[in-house]
Amino acid sequence: MTTITAPLAPEAPPSDARPGAVAVENFSFWYGPKQALFDISLDLVPREVTALIGPSGCGKSTFLRSINRMHDLLPGTRSTGRILLDGEDVLDRSVDVVQLRQRIGMVFQRSNPFPRSIYDNVAWGPRLNRRPSRSALDEIVEQALRRAALWDEVKDRLRTSALGLSGGQQQRLCIARALANEPEVLLLDEPASALDPIATQRIEELLWELKKELTIVIVTHNLQQAGRVSDRTAFFYLGELIEHGPTDQLFTAPREERTEAYITGRFG
Amino acid sequence: MTSRAPRRSIRARRARSAAMVALTVVAALLATLPLVLILGLLLKQGASSLNWAFFTAMPKPVGETGGGMANALAGTLMLIAIASAIGLPVGIGAGMYLAEHRGGRLASVVRFLSDVLNGLPSIVVGIFAWQFLVRPVKHFSALAGGIALAAMMIPLVARATEEMIRLVPNSLREAALALGYPRWRTSLTVVLRTALPGIVTGALVAVARIAGETAPLLFTAFGNQFWSTSLTQPISALPLQIFSYAISPYEEWHSLAWAGALVLLALVLVISLIARYVTRSRFGHGHD
Ligand SMILES: Nc1ncnc2c1ncn2[C@@H]1O[C@H](COP(=O)(O)OP(=O)(O)OP(=O)(O)O)[C@@H](O)[C@H]1O
Ligand SMILES: [Mg+2]
Repeated sequence: MTTITAPLAPEAPPSDARPGAVAVENFSFWYGPKQALFDISLDLVPREVTALIGPSGCGKSTFLRSINRMHDLLPGTRSTGRILLDGEDVLDRSVDVVQLRQRIGMVFQRSNPFPRSIYDNVAWGPRLNRRPSRSALDEIVEQALRRAALWDEVKDRLRTSALGLSGGQQQRLCIARALANEPEVLLLDEPASALDPIATQRIEELLWELKKELTIVIVTHNLQQAGRVSDRTAFFYLGELIEHGPTDQLFTAPREERTEAYITGRFG
Repeated sequence: MTSRAPRRSIRARRARSAAMVALTVVAALLATLPLVLILGLLLKQGASSLNWAFFTAMPKPVGETGGGMANALAGTLMLIAIASAIGLPVGIGAGMYLAEHRGGRLASVVRFLSDVLNGLPSIVVGIFAWQFLVRPVKHFSALAGGIALAAMMIPLVARATEEMIRLVPNSLREAALALGYPRWRTSLTVVLRTALPGIVTGALVAVARIAGETAPLLFTAFGNQFWSTSLTQPISALPLQIFSYAISPYEEWHSLAWAGALVLLALVLVISLIARYVTRSRFGHGHD
């Protein structure tokens, strides 16, 4: 198979400059006999938003889930290549997945709050991982909810069930829950696919805030959204990374014909 | 020009529909009829003997009037406690294993065996318990009875637990794992807790099911005319006492047996009501 990967853009900082740098090197992935990803090489740069685009089934979620090893529990999966987080291969057996997932937060395509109170949802990770005092935990929860732009809407009902929130609020709650863990990398799998334009806009604004501190990867089917929020865009097609580079360049002057076909809506 | 035929067929369809509805109503009434009849009969025959003494007094020797079933009542509660102490942890643990390893070979073997155990006639369970728990030590015991009942509980609890855990959406599991929760902790804090109301219901149904079992106790707990709370001694139980009083030739004991049956039914009814309540609160939960 041939994989066309664009060379690293010259302005990309060296991947070990700041914590949260992810370097994917020749990564391939199989669900049993079926290969889902082919020789992917891609750098995810700290303090930048990388958008993953591509038609349904092209392997975006598979790629995202590989980074924090969510496939571990699926029998029959295997992979080759390396995914380096600050120089350390996350796929290595010696890596503690529990610690790894504390460093790499994930927000899933469908919001999945625990059927507990809003407060408990956000406190979930810190309670286990850092065992803070009660007042420190209150502080962590408030901070996380503020960063997820949800605090004002829920501050008077923290002890009520998270399932009573609207869909958009639930999605932001899941973001707050991930943020409370203080990750270095945040993976978002179509976080806005079920949201109205206003909630979507809030999440996009949120990403602008968050990327000051984090490495952010977002899967999206919405090309306008990719254009608005991301610094870099990677185009996947049939399990291959066809092209990646600075977002404006990829959208205005794609190098690959398949990229151009996709962004102009000729397929996908 | 075809307007008449359709209208007639609609009428015929309505009639068929009404007939089917009527049939299912009859079937539903018939299904509840046995319980209504049993309850009525027990109330008629047993209520008169049901008094404070029934719950607090010991059985009187033949010929004396009065007396109660305090020892049998205590025995039944104790047997339920022993059976639950063994059957619930084992059953819930097995159910968790079955749910978390649904495709595994061991899981399918365990699932099959537990279904077989579930279908086993209770007398067979009793004989088995006698062979392994009574014969070696050469005397009947409360413990042997409790273990026999536990053996009946385990498959019920295991399958109920498995079903309930399977209902927990995988996305919740992933949410916890993605926050850095170890797998075992995810199972306990997210999966088990979310499934808990359903598991409690399953456990209560299993308790209600064994509360009135007689056959597994015949050769294990055996029965006892005296007060006993010892694990190693034979112990009385409501179903055993009902059985021996019912086949006795004494009128007085017959009515006590009726009263015992009424109490047993009430016990099962109460447990089932609690189970229903727990189930209800599960579905009511979540939306404030
Ligand atoms: N658990 C699985 N077992 C087997 N094959 C899978 C599994 N999950 C995904 N796949 C396959 O892997 C390929 C990539 O799937 P993936 O979910 O990564 O696509 P995606 O780009 O996220 O699509 P979408 O935009 O629809 O979410 C698809 O062909 C899919 O059928
Ligand atoms: Mg996907």
